[in-house]
Amino acid sequence: RRLSRLSLSSLPPQSLHLVAPIWNLGTSGIRGLSSAVTPEGNQRKGRMLLQFLTDRFYDVEALRGYLFQKQVSKVHKENRSSTGIKKRYGPYIAGAYFVLKQGGAVKFQGKEWIRSTEHGYSPLQLLSFQAVPIEAVDASDCAINYEGLDNLLALKELQSLLLQRCPHVDDWCLSRLHQLASSLQELSLAGCPRISERGLACLHHLQNLRRLDISDLPAVSNPGLTQILVEEMLPRCEVLGAEWARGLKLGPEQQSRDTASPIPA
Amino acid sequence: MFRGVLWLLAGRGCVGRGLSTRSGGSTPDWTEKVSEIKKKIQSALPGGPWDPLYDTSHLPPEHSDVVIVGGGVLGLSVAYWLKRLEKPRGAIKVLVVDRDHTYSQASTGLSVGGIRQQFSLPENIQLSLFSVDFLRNINEYLAVVDDPPLDVQFNPSGYLLLASEKGAAIMESNVKVQRQEGAKVCLMSPEQLQNKFPWINTDGVALASYGFSMSSSRMQTSSGKEMTLKRIHEVHVKMDHSLEYQPVECALVINAAGAWSGQVAELAGIGKGPPGTLEGTKLPVEPRKRYVYFWHCPEGPGLETPFMADTSGAYFRREGLGHNYLGGCSPTEEEEPDPGNLEVDHDFFQDKVWPHLAHRVPAFQSLKVRSAWAGYYDYNTFDQNGVVGPHPLVVNMYFATGFSGHGLQQAPAVGRAVAELVLEGQFQTINLSSLLFSRFYLGEKVEERNII
Repeated sequence: RRLSRLSLSSLPPQSLHLVAPIWNLGTSGIRGLSSAVTPEGNQRKGRMLLQFLTDRFYDVEALRGYLFQKQVSKVHKENRSSTGIKKRYGPYIAGAYFVLKQGGAVKFQGKEWIRSTEHGYSPLQLLSFQAVPIEAVDASDCAINYEGLDNLLALKELQSLLLQRCPHVDDWCLSRLHQLASSLQELSLAGCPRISERGLACLHHLQNLRRLDISDLPAVSNPGLTQILVEEMLPRCEVLGAEWARGLKLGPEQQSRDTASPIPA
Repeated sequence: MFRGVLWLLAGRGCVGRGLSTRSGGSTPDWTEKVSEIKKKIQSALPGGPWDPLYDTSHLPPEHSDVVIVGGGVLGLSVAYWLKRLEKPRGAIKVLVVDRDHTYSQASTGLSVGGIRQQFSLPENIQLSLFSVDFLRNINEYLAVVDDPPLDVQFNPSGYLLLASEKGAAIMESNVKVQRQEGAKVCLMSPEQLQNKFPWINTDGVALASYGFSMSSSRMQTSSGKEMTLKRIHEVHVKMDHSLEYQPVECALVINAAGAWSGQVAELAGIGKGPPGTLEGTKLPVEPRKRYVYFWHCPEGPGLETPFMADTSGAYFRREGLGHNYLGGCSPTEEEEPDPGNLEVDHDFFQDKVWPHLAHRVPAFQSLKVRSAWAGYYDYNTFDQNGVVGPHPLVVNMYFATGFSGHGLQQAPAVGRAVAELVLEGQFQTINLSSLLFSRFYLGEKVEERNII
C-alpha cells in the first residue's frame, strides 16, 4: 500500500529529478530549510495535524503527494540547462545567466562581482562579456542540483565555487566536480544539509584545490575524523572545517589541557 | 392422577430451573446423561467445533492478480514498478511472497553492494545506468510524505577495474561499448594509476578502467510435434511454522526467488520432460556460495578508495571512516564451495584472497580480519546473465532472476522492464529480448565477460 502512494501517471517516466526535502506544505521555503530542522511549537502542531489527516484520508494523501511532486518539478524547472543560450552566446554567458537566475553571484575575469539582487542589474549587460571566462561563482542558498551543475561544469576556468547552504547539493553532485579539477582552487560546502563524508571522498580528484570549507555539515557522521581524512587525501589543500577535537571524548587528566593543540594524524 | 401430573410438573420444573441447585441422587445422573448424549452427537456429526467467522488476517488473500515469489530486491522492485506504472490507480493487486521475512539467507542483504557500469553486454550497461539514476533520485521514487528523506549511504567513489596484458584488449573493446551506451568510463595507464592512487602496486597491470515478451493453446515446433501450453492457476502459500496454507488464485507468477529460482521453477513443472526439448529445459539457476570478508588495516588506502577489482578477481571497497574494508574473491569452478550452508571458510581468505590483495595494495600485507559472512549468488550456469521474461510453455510464469552477482545493482531497471512486459506486453525503455528464457533451449549464450 505504501508503494502506491506516488503513482502519478501524469509525470513522464523519463524525468528523473532530485527531490526538494520539504515535508511540511509550504511553511518554510527553500531558503529557510535550516530552520525546518528544529520546528517550533506551532509548526509541529500543524504538522501533526496534517500527518493525522494524511493517515486517515486518501484525498489528503493524494493532494499532499501531488503538491510534493509539484515542488519537485519546480526545482527541476529551475535547473533546466539553457542549451539555446549556450549555443548562441557560449558557455560563460549561459553559466552566468543560470547562476544569476537562481539568485547567486558571478565574477568574470577582471571584473567585479555581479549579483542578481543588486540594483540596476539587467541580463542584457551580460552580453558584453561574451568571451570573458568566469573565474568565480557564488551559488550560496541557491536551488542548484545535479542537473543544474551542467551549466557550471562547462566553465573551464572556474577558480572559486561557493555552494554554501545549498539544499539540493548532495554527494552525487560532488562526484561530478572532477570535471573542474584543472582549474578549481577554492570550494566551499559549508552548511549543505545533504553532503556526507562519502561525497567528500570524491573530492580527491581536485588536485589543484587550495582552500576547502567543510564546516557545519550536518550529515557528516564524524566531523573531526572526516576532516583528518580529507586533509590526508588532499595534502596541498587548506581544509577549514569542524574542530577536529569535537568528536573526541577527553580523559579526565586531559580535560584541563588546551584542546586546540593538534595531534599528528 | 392429579397427583401424578403435579409430580411430573414439579419434576420437570426442577430440571428446567437449574440442575445445580438441587443436590440429590437423581440430578447428577441426568447431567451426565446429557453430556454423554452431547458427546455422542458430536462424534457422529462431521467437522469440528462450528466456527464460521474465524480470523484470516494473517493469511494472504484468496485472489491476487500477480504473485511474486521471492521478496528480495528484485521481487520488490518488480512489485514497486507494477504499482507505479499501472494506469488506473489501484488497478493491479500484487502479492509478494517470501519464505523468510528476516532475510537471513537472502542475497540482497548479504551483498557487498558494488555498482558498476563496466559490463561488456550493452543491455547490462543500460540496466546499471538506469539503476544508478534510480538510486540518485531515490527520494523522488520512494519518498513518502511525512517521512524523513531516504539516505542510501551511497559512496560515489567509482569502480576501478584492473586488467593484465591478456585482458587489456578485451577491456578496451568493453570500454568502447560502454561509452557508446553512455556510461562515463575512463581508461588509465599504469603511470596514471600510480599518480592517482599511490597506494597501488601497478605490477602486472596493463590497463585500468575507472568509471562511474503468447497465447494459443497449442503450439507446433519446427518438427511438427505438438506442445501443450500450461497455465498456473493457483499458488499455494504455506504459512510459517504451521500447517495452514492459502491457495492464492492468480493471473501471473513472477519468479524472483534468487538462488532458489531453480527449485521454484521445478515446482511449476519447468524442466520436466525429455532432455533436449523445450519441456525438458530447466531453469539453469543454482545457488553458489560466495564469501565476504571484513578487515581492518590502519595503513590502508584512505577516503578516496574506489571499489577496486584486481586482475586476479579479488575485489574490495572501503567501509566507513575507520580504515575498514570489505572484499572477497570469486572462486574458480574447481574450488566452488558447497552451497548447502552459509558457513565461512577462513582458509579461503588466507590462501586465495589475501595474497592477491597484498600484492596489489602493499599496505594490506598487515591486516586483521574482523568478521566474515557468506551469501548466495543466483548463478546462471548457462551464461551468467539474468533471465527476464515469460516462459514459452508455462505462459504465466515470468522470470526475474539469475543475475549471478549483479542482481542488486540492476534491480530497479530489471523491475521496471518486467513491469513493462506485464503491463504493456513489450519492453518500452530497455530492450532485454536477448535475456529471455528461450535462449536456454536454442543454445544462444549471451556472455558477459566482466563477471566479478
